[in-house]
Amino acid sequence: MFENFDAILLARIQFAFTIAFHFIFPAFTIGLASYLAVLNGSYLKTKDKAYLQLFNFWVKIFAITFAMGVVSGITMSYQFGTNWSIFSDIAGPVIGPLMAYEVLTAFFLEAGFLGIMLFGRDRVGPKLHMFACSMVAFGTAISATWILSVNSWMHTPDGYVLAENGQYIPVDWMKVIFTPSFPYRLAHTLTAAYLTTAFIVGGVGAWHLLKGRSDNKGVRTMFSMAMWMIAITAPLQIFLGDLHGLNTLEYQPQKVMAMEGHYESHPEGAPLYLFGIPDDEEQTLKYAVGIPKLSSLILKHDLNAPMAGLDTIPDDEQPPVAIVFWSFRIMVGIGFLMLGAAIVGLWARFRGALYDHKFLHRFMLLMGPSGLVAVLAGWITTEVGRQPYTIWKLLRTEHSASPLDAPAVGASLLAFIIVYFFVFGAGVFYILRLMSKPPKINDMGMNAEEGPIRTAGTTPAQQTQSHHSEMISSIQKEKE
Amino acid sequence: MDVSVWLANSWAFLLALAVFIYVVLDGFDLGLGVLYPFFPKEKDRDLLMNTVAPVWDGNETWLVLGGGGLFAAFPLAYGIIMPALYVPIIAMLLALIFRGVAFEFRWRTKRWKKYWDMAFIGGSTLAAFSQGIALGALLQGIKVDGRAYSGGWWDWLSPFSFLTGLAVIAGYALLGSTWLIMKTEGDVESRARKLAWGFGLATIGFIAIVSLFTPYLETEYYRRWFEMPGLFVTIPMPVIIAFITFYLFKSLNIHHHEYRPFILSILLFALCFIGLGISMYPYIIPTEVTIVEAATPFISQIFMFVGACVLIPIILGYTIYAYWVFRGKVSHDEGYH
Ligand code: HDD
Ligand code: HEM
Ligand code: HEM
Repeated sequence: MFENFDAILLARIQFAFTIAFHFIFPAFTIGLASYLAVLNGSYLKTKDKAYLQLFNFWVKIFAITFAMGVVSGITMSYQFGTNWSIFSDIAGPVIGPLMAYEVLTAFFLEAGFLGIMLFGRDRVGPKLHMFACSMVAFGTAISATWILSVNSWMHTPDGYVLAENGQYIPVDWMKVIFTPSFPYRLAHTLTAAYLTTAFIVGGVGAWHLLKGRSDNKGVRTMFSMAMWMIAITAPLQIFLGDLHGLNTLEYQPQKVMAMEGHYESHPEGAPLYLFGIPDDEEQTLKYAVGIPKLSSLILKHDLNAPMAGLDTIPDDEQPPVAIVFWSFRIMVGIGFLMLGAAIVGLWARFRGALYDHKFLHRFMLLMGPSGLVAVLAGWITTEVGRQPYTIWKLLRTEHSASPLDAPAVGASLLAFIIVYFFVFGAGVFYILRLMSKPPKINDMGMNAEEGPIRTAGTTPAQQTQSHHSEMISSIQKEKE
Repeated sequence: MDVSVWLANSWAFLLALAVFIYVVLDGFDLGLGVLYPFFPKEKDRDLLMNTVAPVWDGNETWLVLGGGGLFAAFPLAYGIIMPALYVPIIAMLLALIFRGVAFEFRWRTKRWKKYWDMAFIGGSTLAAFSQGIALGALLQGIKVDGRAYSGGWWDWLSPFSFLTGLAVIAGYALLGSTWLIMKTEGDVESRARKLAWGFGLATIGFIAIVSLFTPYLETEYYRRWFEMPGLFVTIPMPVIIAFITFYLFKSLNIHHHEYRPFILSILLFALCFIGLGISMYPYIIPTEVTIVEAATPFISQIFMFVGACVLIPIILGYTIYAYWVFRGKVSHDEGYH
């Protein structure tokens, strides 16, 4: 089996598959960690039980997602070596240290405080517990910062020289870390994570509202918070995406040509194609439907600005257009649908109908996973648009891979596919099951009955006692 | 010594330290997975899991530092070792997925709990076994041509690597059982003491066989251990190990010795680790690539080294704090509301 396959193609499929799975989890946990910190802070400040109830509802979902993010991430950190060993050797001196900093500043921070965040509320007291929640949230953002710095260096390398042994060697760390595409990529990706989370939270809220649970304060609060978040981040994301695109036009023009489907140059203003079937063989966009000159207006802020097409790029330096063209349209399409949700949400709120607007609730439910789709589509645009290079203009993908036989890569790819679908499928099922039950006022989070008894070690008896009685009295109050 | 040589060696030491911390920390929680079959009752299994639930993620992060650090400081070695150990590394990654998610998933389902328990057992055991195989394969030698691995994808498989694989399983089970002596009481604790006996004996047996085997893998190792000045270490080493073993077994029978067995097991691991260092130094890939050859240029190493020197103590600080928060024995009914 696999003898007739190309080892490099298999390695690429494997990388794309495992990173896509990995990224699904951080895209959600980066936002969710911050959301949990906000919920916990709001609870401590207002003493409103609805926030605690929501915290305990979402923290269980967070724990599962985070565990899946961690185990799929460990795969990633070894995959550079197993499948892309030549790339690792050549780029290691530049990007290796950045990834080591990610481990030292982010992963340890998250992992070290995660236990306290999940199980430690009664043990360390509210202030330290709040601190732990903030550190976990902070850790996820730092993690994204470092890895995106690495990724941005691969797109717009800077601050390096080529050494005699073929390795790239850093000369200016500031330039290596802050490459030209980095600020845009970081802002756009972090905002994407917040949007993704807001749509999931909003979707879950909408589900419970549709089930007629609008008297549950937790449900109302989560839906309202999510709609505020969307109202702010959806328009912001489109703005950031536009800036990101302008930056890409400057540094990686052929990627933008592929995104736009511009095979031919347009000396008098380029059209914005809404639809078309890219054909790399013939170098044309078939059945193209476009708005004349709009692309020049968006990208150059001038209707008649000339724009070069892929006909100016040698064939062996062109990315595969169809994938980039379509994934870009999926992302942008979802971006505008999200803006639509933001507008309907604001309108419903100002009419005082946020919790009764059936159309909004249905729409939000449908849009629940849209952030994940957009994030994946965005990454596919970015990474496939970089082809045929792994490091832009410096190292081609075909020269990056490990000297491995196709059967080795093929067998491991098959194993990854089976294990990921099975394990992460089960995880998603458990998450959906948790989401489908409404938040309860007497939910005790990770220490709840159906959950683990994970207060390892000696429980300070008194604190547990007082926590108990507080809980019991709150349950009684609720019943009255 | 040239400052960049000194730096490369310091990095090698730092990485060895990270790997050692990993082996001890994840060793005991992978060990719990190996021990799970000896605790068939559901409530005992819940208890075992609860002793590590708040800390396992942090433990595993040392593995990421080991891999990430190797990539950062010695990318050449990383790029050669990973393809050479392709199969055991992928097996370890997949195994770690199963045991990692088992921590969360088994609480989320009644019907499937027993299957996630099996995932925990299988994942932990396979991860330990693959790590042992990887170690054995590295020791027995890797084919290198220029700057890349040049062997096949089954080269790692040999009686020796199989042996080191089993040795690591036994060693982790010893760490796991002595951890349980520390963290549990009553029936579970006394069973853990019995298991520690069994796995202690097995571990010592494996240490003996592997130590006898190793010098004959490479003439280089043989010279290290059986010629001067190596003999200064070779002769006392078995004596020290025998000494520690004696104390370990003694304290397993003393009921109020709760921490001591765990600490003595760690010492045993530390000695093996030092022995390993003596065999390998100054190579990072034995007899092929040295630490200095594989090192990144000074500018890369110093950038990280400064950070590591500041950050690792901080990390150790809050890691110890997290262990402190969840200190003491865990009992069955505790935490039930
Ligand atoms: C919720 C997710 C999400 C949404 C709604 C959007 N994006 Fe996006 N986009 C991403 C999530 C994302 C991403 C996953 O975060 C990417 C991949 C790499 C990156 O830097 O961000 C990305 C990449 C990306 C790129 C590629 C840059 C490059 O490769 O150099 C461009 C040009 C845009 N986006 C533009 C937009 C525009 C104009 C949008 C609005 C309509 C938009 N994105 C909505
Ligand atoms: C920020 C961290 C990331 C880094 C350092 C990174 C690095 C890489 C590398 C080394 C490759 C080489 C394989 C190749 O070129 O074929 C690659 C390809 C790829 N990556 Fe990323 N990547 C990152 C994030 C992502 C994410 C989050 C996705 C999510 C979907 C993604 C999707 C892909 C895809 C689809 C390819 C295959 C492109 C192709 O071969 O046509 N990447 N990336
Ligand atoms: C090739 C690229 C990548 C590698 C090698 C990688 C590696 C890892 C590793 C090893 C972990 C586990 C950390 C632990 O033990 O706690 C992890 C988790 C994480 N990664 Fe990645 N990662 C990559 C891409 C990304 C990207 C693109 C992002 C975000 C923009 C990201 C964000 C995170 C976050 C936030 C976590 C914490 C766990 C979670 O939230 O689910 N990673 N990653």
